[in-house]
Amino acid sequence: MALGAYVAVSAVLFTIGLVTIAARRNILYVLFGIEMILNAANINFVAFNRFSGDGMDGRMMAIFVIILAAAEAAVALAIVLNVYQLFSSTKPSDVDLLRE
Amino acid sequence: MEFLHFDPETDFKLLLAVPLIPLAGYLVQIFFGRFLPRKGDWLLTTGMFVTMCITLLMFAKALYHAYSGHGEDGHATAFWQHSTEHGMSWSWLFQASEAPDSPLNLTVGILYDGLGAAMLAVVGVVSFFVHLFSCGYMKGDRRYHIFFANISLFTVAMLGLVLSDNILFLFIFWEVMGLMSYLLIGHFSHDPDSHRITHAAAACKKAFLTTRIGDCCLLIGFMMFFYHYQTFGFHELWEATTTDVAANGWQGWHNVAGLFLFGGTVGKSAQFPLHIWLPDAMEGPTPVSAMIHAATMVAAGVFLLGRLYPVMSPDVLLFVTGTGALTAIFAATIGMTVFDIKGVLAYSTISQLGFMVAAIGTGGLGLVAGLFHMVTHAFFKACLFLSAGSVIHGCHHEQDMRKMGGLRKKMPVTFICMLVCTLAIAGIPMFSGFYSKDKIVQSAMMAGELHGAHSAAVAFAGIALPLAASITAFYMFRLIFMTFFGKPRDQHVHDHAHESPLPMTIALSGLAFLGMFGGQFWLANMDIMGSKQTWFEALVGVHHDYTDLSGFYPGIVLQNTYVGLDPAKVEAVAHTAHSSAVVTSLIVASLGILLAMVVYLFNKIDPARVASTFGPVYRTIANKYYIDEFANKTVIKGSVVLALVLKWFDEYIVDGIVNTVGRINKVIGFVHAWFDATVIDGLVNLVGGLSNFFGAALRLLQTGRIQQYVSFAVAGGLLTAAWLILA
Repeated sequence: MALGAYVAVSAVLFTIGLVTIAARRNILYVLFGIEMILNAANINFVAFNRFSGDGMDGRMMAIFVIILAAAEAAVALAIVLNVYQLFSSTKPSDVDLLRE
Repeated sequence: MEFLHFDPETDFKLLLAVPLIPLAGYLVQIFFGRFLPRKGDWLLTTGMFVTMCITLLMFAKALYHAYSGHGEDGHATAFWQHSTEHGMSWSWLFQASEAPDSPLNLTVGILYDGLGAAMLAVVGVVSFFVHLFSCGYMKGDRRYHIFFANISLFTVAMLGLVLSDNILFLFIFWEVMGLMSYLLIGHFSHDPDSHRITHAAAACKKAFLTTRIGDCCLLIGFMMFFYHYQTFGFHELWEATTTDVAANGWQGWHNVAGLFLFGGTVGKSAQFPLHIWLPDAMEGPTPVSAMIHAATMVAAGVFLLGRLYPVMSPDVLLFVTGTGALTAIFAATIGMTVFDIKGVLAYSTISQLGFMVAAIGTGGLGLVAGLFHMVTHAFFKACLFLSAGSVIHGCHHEQDMRKMGGLRKKMPVTFICMLVCTLAIAGIPMFSGFYSKDKIVQSAMMAGELHGAHSAAVAFAGIALPLAASITAFYMFRLIFMTFFGKPRDQHVHDHAHESPLPMTIALSGLAFLGMFGGQFWLANMDIMGSKQTWFEALVGVHHDYTDLSGFYPGIVLQNTYVGLDPAKVEAVAHTAHSSAVVTSLIVASLGILLAMVVYLFNKIDPARVASTFGPVYRTIANKYYIDEFANKTVIKGSVVLALVLKWFDEYIVDGIVNTVGRINKVIGFVHAWFDATVIDGLVNLVGGLSNFFGAALRLLQTGRIQQYVSFAVAGGLLTAAWLILA
C-alpha cells in the first residue's frame, strides 16, 4: 500500500473529527472529535515514519500523542462532570457565565 | 551722726525695699483687699508710712552728706550713689546669643543722687499723706479697695521711676503711671450712682490717648540715643553725649532726638499743646488729682528733663524755654476765669509746670531752680488739692466756687492750710514757693540778659514768667476769697458745710507745714551768686556757682550751659538778675494779691463788668482759648476724616485690588475648568471611547461558542492553506 492511502484515511478521519467538533452540540461528541483528530495525526506519524526510512521517531511520537490523549481525555471528562453538576447540561453553548 | 553715713552695702537694699513695700501691699490689696477689715486701707497706709520713713531716712543721709562738708574748700560735696559702681545691678534681659558686654544685655541699678533723694522723699511724703487723706475722703466708695490698690501701684511706679538708673526702666515705670492715671481718673466711671459717669470715662480716655502721643515721642527719642550711643544708662548717656559733642559739636540728630525726648515731657507734664488732658483729669477723685495730677506724675516730666538735661542741645533748650513760658502764661490766664475749684488748681498746675520747664530750658541756674520748684510745688500743690478736696467733701461734692463763700469759720483747719499754701504758690517770702519761684524769675531774667538779644523764646520767657507769676497770685487769692471769705452765696451749701475728719486734717496740716518750710529749711551758710544756698542746691552739689554743675552730673562737662560765655560775666549778670528778681517777684505777687483783694474781697470792681467790657477776650480765655474746640476741629475731625478716607481707600482701592485679583483668578479658573473639561477630559474620554468602540467591535467575535471558534480556526487554516498553495 502506498503512502497516499494512509494519508487519505488520516485526512478522512481528521475531517470527520473536525466536523464532529464543529457540528455536534454535546460536549462528549466534541471530545470524540478531538480524539479522532489526534488519531488522524497518529496515523500520519506512523505512516510517514514507515515510508521515510529507518528510525523510530514517528512511532515514538505516536505513542506520546496516545498518552497525551489519554491524559487530556481524563482531564476533559472531569471538567465535563463538573460542568454537568453546575449547569445540568453538557452543551458548551450553555456554559456562558463569563459572557458579559 | 555715724548712722547718717550712707553705707552702700545696706542702704541700697533699703532703697530697693522702697518700691517693693507698696508693691507687696498692692498685691495683697488687689487680691484680698475686699476681705480685709476696713477694706485694707490701713494695710497700705501703714506700708506707705514705713516707705515714707525709709525715704526720709535716706533723704537725711543724703542731706547729711551734703552738709558734712567733705569738699576741698570745706563746702558740701555732691551726693552721688550708683549701685552699679558698688557691684549691685540686676540683669534684666540677658541675650544668650550676644557677647556678655553687649549693650543688648540690659541691667538695671539704683541711681540715688541729690535730685533722686529729693524727689524720692517728696513722693514718699506726698503718697503717705494722700493715702491718709483718702481714708477719710473716699469713705463709702463702692470701689474703695480698688482705689487703694491703684494709688498704691501708682506709688510703686513713681518710686521706681525716681530710683532707676536707666531711661528704659524710667520709661517702663512712666507707662505704668500712665495706666494708673487712666484707671484712677476713670474711677467713678464704674459707679452707676455717679452722675459724672460718662465724663469720667471720657476724661480718662482723653488723658490716656493724649499722653500716649508724648510717650511715643519719648520712646523714639531715647531709642535714637540708644542707636547712636548703645546705652540706656543715664550716666553713660551724659558721658557719651558730652564727649561726642565736645569733639564734634552738636549734630542735627541731637536736636531731633532732644525734641522727641522733650515730647515725653510735653505729654506727661501737660505742656502746650498736649495740656488738654489735665483739666479733664480732674474728674478723678481729689486725692488722685493731688498726688498724680499735681505733685508727682506730672512732675515726672520735669524730673525727666532734669535727668536728661546734659543730652539736650542748646537749640532744644530754647524750644523748651519757649514752650514752658507759653504754657505758664497761657494756663495762668485761663485760671482767672474758671469757677470750678479744682479747675483753677488744674490750670495752676499746668502754669507752674510751665514755669519749671521754662526754667530748665534756660539752663544752669534755671535747671536747679526748675527742679527745686518741682519739689516745693509738690508739697503746696498737693496740699492745695487736698484742701480743695476737703472743701468739696465738706460741701457735699459741690465744686462750683460761685456757690461757696464764708467757709473760713466752718472749716478753719482747711482754711489755714489752704491759705498757707496759697501764699507759698503766690511767692510770698518765708513760704517755700518764694525761694524756688524767685530763682526761676532770676533765671529767666538772667537768660534774657545773656541770650535774649538773639532768641525770641528767651526774651518771651523773661516777660511771660513774671507776668504769669502775678496772675498766679491773682487767681489763687481769687479762689481763697471766693471760697472762704465774704457772705455765703448759697445758704444751703453753707449750712451743711463741716470740717473734714481727722485723717484728712492731719494730712492737710502735714503738707501745709512742708509747703511753708519746704523751701527755706536749713539755709546753708554760704552764698551762691548773691543769694543764700537752699538745701536743694546743697543736695545737688551746687556750691560755688551755676556754671559748674559737676556736682549734679559728676564727671560730666556740660556742653549746653553757658558755653562760650565768660564765667565772670555770667556771675555778674546773675548778681544783677538776683536783686531785680527779688524785687520783681515781690512786686508782681503783691500786685496780683492786691487786685484779687480789690475785686473779690472788697468788691470794688465787679468782675462781671470787666468780663463784659473785654467781651471777646474774656470769652476766648473762658473757653480755654478754644484749644479743645481747635483740637476737636483739627485733630479729632482730622482723624475722623482720615479714617473715612482710609475707609474709602480700604473699601474701594484695597478691596478693589483684592476683588480684581479674585475676579481675574475666577476667570482663569473658568478657562482652566473649560480646558480641563474639554481638552484633558476629552483626551481621556477619547482614549476610553476608542477602547470602548474597539471593545464593542471585537466583542462580536467573542461569542463564547467554542464550536464557532473552531469554525473560525478551520476557516482561517483553510484560507492560510489556500494562500500558501495558490501563492
